[in-house]
Amino acid sequence: MPGLNDLYHEILLEHNSKPHNFRPMDGATQSAEGFNPLCGDIITVFLDLSDGVITDVSFQGSGCAISRASASMMTQSVKGKTTQQAEHTFEAFRLMMTELGAELDYDTLGDLESLSGVIEFPNRIKCAVLAWHTLRAAMEGRSEAVSTE
Amino acid sequence: MTGSNIASETGEPLLDFDVAKIQQDFPILNQTVNGKPLVYLDNAATSQKPQSVIDALVGYYTTDNANVHRGVHTLSQRATDHYEEAREKVRRFINAKDDREIIYVRGTTEGINLVAQTFGRENIHQGDEIIISAMEHHSNIVPWQILCEERGAFLKVIPVDDSGELLMDEYEALLSPRTKLVSILHVSNALGTIVPAKRVVEMAHARGVPVLLDGAQAVPHCPVDVQDLDCEFYVFSGHKLYGPTGIGILYGKAEFLEAMPPYQGGGEMIRSVTFEKTIYNVLPHKFEAGTPNIAGSIGLGAAIDYVDALGIERIGAYEHQLLEYGTELLSRIDSVRIIGTAEDKSGILSFVMDGIHPHDIGTILDAEGIAIRTGHHCAQPLMDRFGVPATARASLAFYNTKQDLDALAQALDRVMEVFS
Repeated sequence: MPGLNDLYHEILLEHNSKPHNFRPMDGATQSAEGFNPLCGDIITVFLDLSDGVITDVSFQGSGCAISRASASMMTQSVKGKTTQQAEHTFEAFRLMMTELGAELDYDTLGDLESLSGVIEFPNRIKCAVLAWHTLRAAMEGRSEAVSTE
Repeated sequence: MTGSNIASETGEPLLDFDVAKIQQDFPILNQTVNGKPLVYLDNAATSQKPQSVIDALVGYYTTDNANVHRGVHTLSQRATDHYEEAREKVRRFINAKDDREIIYVRGTTEGINLVAQTFGRENIHQGDEIIISAMEHHSNIVPWQILCEERGAFLKVIPVDDSGELLMDEYEALLSPRTKLVSILHVSNALGTIVPAKRVVEMAHARGVPVLLDGAQAVPHCPVDVQDLDCEFYVFSGHKLYGPTGIGILYGKAEFLEAMPPYQGGGEMIRSVTFEKTIYNVLPHKFEAGTPNIAGSIGLGAAIDYVDALGIERIGAYEHQLLEYGTELLSRIDSVRIIGTAEDKSGILSFVMDGIHPHDIGTILDAEGIAIRTGHHCAQPLMDRFGVPATARASLAFYNTKQDLDALAQALDRVMEVFS
């Protein structure tokens, strides 16, 4: 088994204890809810979209360290990007989470690469991608809650 | 004080119980997980199986496999004999009056659904009420919600106090002429609370209301006597009783089962079939359509033999000592809060830690070879009641030891270290 330190490293713990953009957003142009019925994790992602650009993004909710840190890093990663760029980043992130040994797009991933250890803990991958699925739902303006199942 | 400081207190073996010898009966326990000796503390989810149960399954398929109640050939007779012997073992184990009252089902969930879809559909009408408790597993909530929606009936919920004890006054107040059934767990899977089941039944009977008891977490850990409880229905699963998955029991008083329509139609449950009319078989076969889980039933019988040999009362007493030891250990860790502190408790330690999500606790414990359950334990309304999204839960069995609990406490130190 890979070491716990590959999972609960300093960057992740920092984002967990002091998550970025962890707030509700008045005047969000769209938002979506996501939940993981297996563990009860719940998240709301808020967006301020203007001309296809994410001018502001934030999240709220409760979840484990991995889901919280992943959401925090996600908001940092996509803020200021176009929805297309955010989609592209999600794809790169998802590849990192699902295919061990895949050739990763480090330029796109940036700091998100620090979550690469999650793939070694298969039952925690859903925790890491929940925020991203919820972001996608918010970008697409879907109203029904997103589920990991 | 933290867990590591008290590991040295592991002392005398508890009671007259040779756990080292018992552990040898469970081959799965003899392994390392992530480089550490396995400490299995997820018994409320499913229990491990003694070699005798595994042998019974292999033996059945190796020498006796045939369909039951059909063939005239020798194998079919042997399979039928073993299948029915197991039913008799179950009857004796829960002290039912008659074999006919022991219905094989897939598990607790199917048992409850069977009652909801047969007794429920026949007896629950518009405006009627069904009483459950705030502690129920989803399997004792959802089947009644489905029925209530279909019938225009209502679900009423007995609240619990902060320790996880049933509020009996509130229960009394909920019982009304509209109440048509009380369906309640015997032992809480999420908190460990032992419900005063006999009193619950008496109070319902005073109003002429029948009672279903969900015994999934009770049967493996304490003596159950359905005649003494006097409940109309009692359900439990084989796999939590050291038996195989996919087999469980619905006990029902014969007069109730007789009056109920069948659950599923098919072979085995009929006496005669024409295209005009079918006459249903007698109990228990009326409720056992199709080829049953023969191997599972035989495995369950072997599990009951094993438990009987140890003695269910001794098992309960030993597990209670373990629970007290574990409660003491966890209470000494400042950041740990135990959820479920009822006076009368079974071997379940549900807890949360300040600022650390139960899933993270579970992952870190797994790295230490310790298996616990984390999440809402299929009891989301109960989690809401206690204001937590989830808990970490260590649940005990008779093959656990004080050393297992010491390992748990030490691993919780490691959790705090990671998150410090």
